[in-house]
Amino acid sequence: MTPDLIYGLCGVAVFGIGLVGALCAQDRLRRVLALKLCSVGAGFLLVVGAWRTPPATPDPVPHALVITGIVVMVSATAVALALIRRLQSLEADDER
Amino acid sequence: MTDPLVIFDVALALAIVALAVAALSVRDLFAMIVLFVVFGLLSALAWVRLSAPDVALAEAAIGAGVTGALLLKTLHHLRYVSGTLGQQAAYGVTPLTPVPIGVTLANAIFCGLITLGLAVAYLGAPAAGPGFDALVAEAMPRSGVDHPVTGVLLNFRAYDTLMEVVVLLAAVVAVWQIERGVSDAPAPVLGEVWQGFARLALPATVVVGTYLLWVGAEAPGGAFQGGAVLAAVGLLLLLTRAYVPQPTHRGIARGAFVLGTGVFALVALLVASGGRVAFEYPLEHAKTLILLIEGMVTISIAVTLAALFHGREPVAQTKGGRDDT
Repeated sequence: MTPDLIYGLCGVAVFGIGLVGALCAQDRLRRVLALKLCSVGAGFLLVVGAWRTPPATPDPVPHALVITGIVVMVSATAVALALIRRLQSLEADDER
Repeated sequence: MTDPLVIFDVALALAIVALAVAALSVRDLFAMIVLFVVFGLLSALAWVRLSAPDVALAEAAIGAGVTGALLLKTLHHLRYVSGTLGQQAAYGVTPLTPVPIGVTLANAIFCGLITLGLAVAYLGAPAAGPGFDALVAEAMPRSGVDHPVTGVLLNFRAYDTLMEVVVLLAAVVAVWQIERGVSDAPAPVLGEVWQGFARLALPATVVVGTYLLWVGAEAPGGAFQGGAVLAAVGLLLLLTRAYVPQPTHRGIARGAFVLGTGVFALVALLVASGGRVAFEYPLEHAKTLILLIEGMVTISIAVTLAALFHGREPVAQTKGGRDDT
């Protein structure tokens, strides 16, 4: 049982949970959050792939990729949340 | 004998999976966001265990912190618009349509199969294949910095990072367009404890953010982590109303948004004009150029993330009505 095996399976599980949430959840906020869970799961697999048994240092390229992924994900989340806010305001206007 | 760290790893992995399940199944949306933030922080802890402190810092600051703040802001707006702000628990505000149980079941089975396939592929993958470690280690003396991740981000794979800054810029442009004319939910009034906390936390946060940026050259840290911590300063200023965005500040904000991308691209063009490949910095100036880019990118990231939190662009306050510009 090495950390890469434990956290690798953990990452796969988190990705699967996020996928179920993205397809089955009805609330919009929850769907966005489920997609974010998927991205964290994918990040886990990349970080696990970069891991080397200490004292060897890990591979820095996947680390840089995950950092890029985190920043891109926060941008995508912000746009998705702005769309949700807009949609909600429009629906509230329709009801009035 | 079992290594105590293995027990820790298993417990942490189980906690992460359980938090993911809990975040998606809890009914109260506020509890969902809190569980998600805790999930992000524990993931960061797991990444520290996998000797990826840079990624852990980025996830804790951006993935859990800034994303959590964005989600809470949106939840507040949704509750304000739907008129459920006074209720204790924040249940779903999206109108629900009943879905046949068969569809949900088919979706779940489909996701289960994909996850199973991924798990099989992961377990069957060759362990510890050759990575880029050797290439990076060989090129590090020519990068101008001592920390491999910063070297990869700002030198070897600088195109990726440039595009990443462009994505942030595109996001803030899109948000300003989408939010145009949407009425703003009034922010909740903050108590005196909060104001005092902000006064204490602001200077410390500025120091931490700047330190993270500076230390990135030789240790975990860097532009993105520092930028996110500085964005937290912006969030605090916005929440405590110490800074209220004015329409006249739009020009400054736009300048700050493009500053990082502009300087980054300009350095690439200048380097390329000297008969080199773009981002092939001359060694004697490499550290200066990387720090210049990082500093400007940090300012852009901090201002952009704070603007993404604030949502729509600042417009003149008109009394009572909505102001469609």
